[in-house]
Amino acid sequence: MTKSNKLFTILIPIISVLLGLIAGAIIMLISGYNPILGYTALWNGAFGDAFTMGETVRRITPLLLTGLAVAFAFRTGLFNIGAEGQVIVGWLAAVWVGLAIDAPMIIHLPLAILASLAAGALWGFIPGLLKAKLGVHEVIVTIMMNYIALYSVNEIIRNVLTEQETTTDAISPSASLASEWLQGLTYFSRMHYGILIALFAAVTMWFIIQRTTIGYELKAVGFNQHASKYAGMNVSKNIILSMVISGAFAGLAGAMEGLGTYGTISIMSGFTNLGFDGIAVALLGANNAFGVILAAILFGVLKEGAGQMPTGAGVPTELVDIIIALIIFFVASSYIIRWILLRFKKEGK
Amino acid sequence: MEYVIEMLNIRKEFPGIVANDDITVQLKKGEIHALLGENGAGKSTLMNVLFGLYQPEKGEIRVKGKKVSITNPNIANDLGIGMVHQHFMLVEPFTVTQNIILGNEPTKKGKIDIKKAEKEVQEISDKYGLKVDASAKISDISVGMQQRVEILKTLYRGADVLIFDEPTAVLTPQEIHELIEIMQSLIAEGKSIILITHKLKEIMQVCDRCTVIRKGKGIGTVDVADTSVSKLASLMVGRDVVFKTEKKPAEPKETVFKIENLVVKDSRKVSMVKGLDLEIRAGEIVGIAGVDGNGQSELVEAITGLRKSESGSITLKNKNIKNLSPRKVTESGIGHIPQDRHKYGLVLDYPVGANIVLQTYYKKPYSKASILDYKEIYKKAKEIIEEYDVRTPSEFTKARALSGGNQQKAIIGRELDRSPELLIAAQPTRGLDVGAIEFIHKRLIEERDKGRAVLLVSFELDEILDVSDRIAVMFDGKIVSTMKPEETNEHELGLLMAGSKASGAGESHDKE
Ligand SMILES: Nc1ncnc2c1ncn2[C@@H]1O[C@H](COP(=O)(O)OP(=O)(O)OP(=O)(O)O)[C@@H](O)[C@H]1O
Ligand SMILES: [Mg+2]
Repeated sequence: MTKSNKLFTILIPIISVLLGLIAGAIIMLISGYNPILGYTALWNGAFGDAFTMGETVRRITPLLLTGLAVAFAFRTGLFNIGAEGQVIVGWLAAVWVGLAIDAPMIIHLPLAILASLAAGALWGFIPGLLKAKLGVHEVIVTIMMNYIALYSVNEIIRNVLTEQETTTDAISPSASLASEWLQGLTYFSRMHYGILIALFAAVTMWFIIQRTTIGYELKAVGFNQHASKYAGMNVSKNIILSMVISGAFAGLAGAMEGLGTYGTISIMSGFTNLGFDGIAVALLGANNAFGVILAAILFGVLKEGAGQMPTGAGVPTELVDIIIALIIFFVASSYIIRWILLRFKKEGK
Repeated sequence: MEYVIEMLNIRKEFPGIVANDDITVQLKKGEIHALLGENGAGKSTLMNVLFGLYQPEKGEIRVKGKKVSITNPNIANDLGIGMVHQHFMLVEPFTVTQNIILGNEPTKKGKIDIKKAEKEVQEISDKYGLKVDASAKISDISVGMQQRVEILKTLYRGADVLIFDEPTAVLTPQEIHELIEIMQSLIAEGKSIILITHKLKEIMQVCDRCTVIRKGKGIGTVDVADTSVSKLASLMVGRDVVFKTEKKPAEPKETVFKIENLVVKDSRKVSMVKGLDLEIRAGEIVGIAGVDGNGQSELVEAITGLRKSESGSITLKNKNIKNLSPRKVTESGIGHIPQDRHKYGLVLDYPVGANIVLQTYYKKPYSKASILDYKEIYKKAKEIIEEYDVRTPSEFTKARALSGGNQQKAIIGRELDRSPELLIAAQPTRGLDVGAIEFIHKRLIEERDKGRAVLLVSFELDEILDVSDRIAVMFDGKIVSTMKPEETNEHELGLLMAGSKASGAGESHDKE
């Protein structure tokens, strides 16, 4: 069981991705575009030269973190749709600290990052608390928290951080993740040190979930609350803690944008989608830290490469969104693929 | 020879284990056929094969002489095979009728015709004397009634062959009695039954023939009329089994555990424990006898911190443990074998090893500075698996994949291994085979001899009479009388449990 199960967890996402790409090719054909040209453009858009590669990495960075956020909650039986809002408040908190304080880098940067963690954690804490104490479903509360984040952050940008402007000033360099060295390597892409933080976060998630008593408790509560209570665990505390940690990961994704890519925060007309994409990344990565890294890479590549498709092959970006959506569709309906695989296995005997 | 079902040379493998190895079972029309075997022998697996939940690697199934391929439960239904699983599959907020027609709803102009269905269900219920109220909600009826709903479900779908997987394990003696009557009326109507049970007396009482499985292999089929309880037991285990547990008289010492005037309410805010007093001394086993629903579960939950007590006191070694958190209660020296192993006893999706440290994972040596030490955890797990004969492919196997009895053995091993001051054992041998029961009883008595206190809660009067040093009869939230096991008998206990005055019983014995 365990062996073939492991194989399946690896096979299913790969097959889903392939099916998504094939379906995308068919759609391109039907709509009168050349799929080979289209996919070549996609490839060049992601890996064409050092600049695009740098841009691809910087796009992967926040997706990796939101993927971790959603995956962490999933592993403990919770569905955190609120990564989106947690990203936004994390972004704001990081930029705010980046603007408001004067300190040497060694203090300033960690402080700004911590602020994003704390803000995301707070945004996770509220739905966690409501779930633990009043039994309100986290999906509903996190969706509402997304809107609260979006509109209040816009208000703060407009009225507190600026005077009716749409974008804040740039943060002070002492709080920035940007790296001249990395930029130099990649023809001045916006790649920054954040990728290291994100990879470190993935290791942290793996470590917490697999190696610590905290992870042991969190997963137990996710699987069976009655048995966890019997075992002496504090069920409420663990539900809240799970949302707090998940929120902190997402908040950190906000810092990647605020301290790394942009160095500012602007009024948003809609959601960043980083949090929502995180759900797909987590799903594709089978909620496992290593899988999330791979899934984030795939997503980053697709999204970055998509930018090249209209100019390179005349394929509209919408089509790339469709391909991504198809991949998610195939992953979500993975039980169909599982079923087909089982069939093959049976017949092969 | 007229066989309704034939399973010939069936083989079913799971990774790392052959659950069924060349087993043959032939069911005659109109018989009750027992399936007997130790925990993990492969009984449930074999029946799941017949019901279409698993596909066999080898072997042949015939229904009324015709070879069939049962690839899913719908096919089993169509062939007239119904199964009552050990863990029921009912939708709690639905009514009895809604559950029964689920997946197979009669419609009138596209609308579900619930009235008609209800009438049909009620008719079947009356025909077989099931006494089920077709319009009652599942969450409002007892476990015994829920089981009958499962029976009704199979009958409603036209089953001629009914498979019962350990139906009596979750029932009280009275309910068992009624179930047996139901089975007999099913036979009278021309149905055939396969019955899995660990209770040899039940086999002797109701079955015609019995097929024995040992470690996945078919040992043979015997006529019940030609056999005896002890013959069946040795066939099944492969050695002789002692039924009456040997024990020296208890040497109780000081009182370690004391409950005074305890009041506990259930989740509907109704008092279930009503001013209960109980004392247990070091080195004795106190058995609580009582009909289900007289406050036993609430009492156990209150002691272990799973439920708040309203008033009264609970002390262990003169220290208050009332309304402490479950963790504090455990740390103060209480072990608990819970009545419902799936709900409380195990995290089914954790490996067996992780379940072994369910209450101790945060302590040395299983973790240091919050970091788990898997080597130590799995070492301990291996120890317990060996000592308590938990049959599992390995300590890394998910608890879910273990047979019911082996899950129970893992829990018992975990709780006994801590050797707590007070061990609370609620229905500890539910679903265990006779060999395992013998072993568990021995271990409970060993704990006692080490000077520990043991509180045994059981619906099995045999178990209470065999193992306890003192019996406390619980009725309507109180201990109504206490006595020594050698001074009473099943009949008298039965009367006391039903609430008849304690006057004669306890006191007259005191005078003897
Ligand atoms: N889904 C599964 N995956 C892996 N192993 C399994 C699975 N189901 C059962 N087994 C293994 O097959 C063997 C037989 O299990 P089964 O449940 O049939 O036993 P049983 O005779 O019903 O025992 P019990 O009396 O304890 O219920 C056991 O060793 C069990 O661990
Ligand atoms: Mg079984």
